[in-house]
Amino acid sequence: MTTLGLIASVSIFTAGLTIGLGSIGPALGEGRALAQALQSIAQQPDEANTITRTLFVGLAMVESTAIYCFVVSMILLFANPFWNYVLTQAAKTVGK
Amino acid sequence: MNTTPDVLVLWQWGPITLNATLLWTWLVMALLVTVAWWLGRNLSSGVQISRGQAFLESLLVLLLRQIEDVSQQKPRPFLPFVGTLFLFVATSNLLSIIPGYIPPTASLSTTTALALCVFVAVPMYGIQRQGVAQYFRQYLRPSVFMLPFNIIGEFSRTLALAVRLFGNVMSGRMIIGSLLVVVPFFFPIIMDLFGLLTGMIQAYIFAVLAMVYIASATQAQPPSPPSPPTSPTT
Repeated sequence: MTTLGLIASVSIFTAGLTIGLGSIGPALGEGRALAQALQSIAQQPDEANTITRTLFVGLAMVESTAIYCFVVSMILLFANPFWNYVLTQAAKTVGK
Repeated sequence: MNTTPDVLVLWQWGPITLNATLLWTWLVMALLVTVAWWLGRNLSSGVQISRGQAFLESLLVLLLRQIEDVSQQKPRPFLPFVGTLFLFVATSNLLSIIPGYIPPTASLSTTTALALCVFVAVPMYGIQRQGVAQYFRQYLRPSVFMLPFNIIGEFSRTLALAVRLFGNVMSGRMIIGSLLVVVPFFFPIIMDLFGLLTGMIQAYIFAVLAMVYIASATQAQPPSPPSPPTSPTT
């Protein structure tokens, strides 16, 4: 397999793996947080405002790990630095 | 399909380039200023107020109340900064229902700029409130050994702030773009609506997190062992 093909296949495989594995943890965590918050609201409806606000902020924090994984997989797919490097090297050798 | 509107160059003259991010950022700012000026032309303090004034006043009260709830301090000094962040991010996300519009927050450059504003504003508010020595002593809490972690936390939360907003808005666009290929009718509209919701929530979260960081820098520190509320770092 050529270098380019190797980089492409590994990048695509890793991108899928990244977003797949990276969303498991945040999904479980967000589910737990949401369940707990709903329970709290059911027990104390008066505090619903505070709980909801804290929940949103907390969910955003939990979610940021999933977002990192997504950004990394997007970089691997659409702005892969290694792919670009090999392409420019190949262009240089062809241009010589 | 581009991950960032930065590469969409509309006009170029020598080293000066006008990309889609810049264009839409300036248009959003112009829209905000124009609407604020237009609604604020003839304000009255009487009982009879125009609809525009009622809208502005309710927005202002909402912002002030939220800031006060989050920071547990007098909201007035924080309103210009946090309110502007919220209004800008919310407007630029909500306008994405307009076809052809690319939210400037879908570019990492814009969100990094906003996060850097927060990064600078936190020490500014902290020093203004507590004085230089008292503010920097905060980095030595709870002990001197935490100094490197506190500094790393300062940078990592700025990075997280930028990447979170960018990732959310960009992922919304990418998902709609992919769905247009798979199921071109109707379903992308639902995801578009969902994108409006997440855009609004992200604007709210960006402002609230900025406020939380500022509040953790400005609140009076108890001198005795009861540990001060630690600032969230991620």
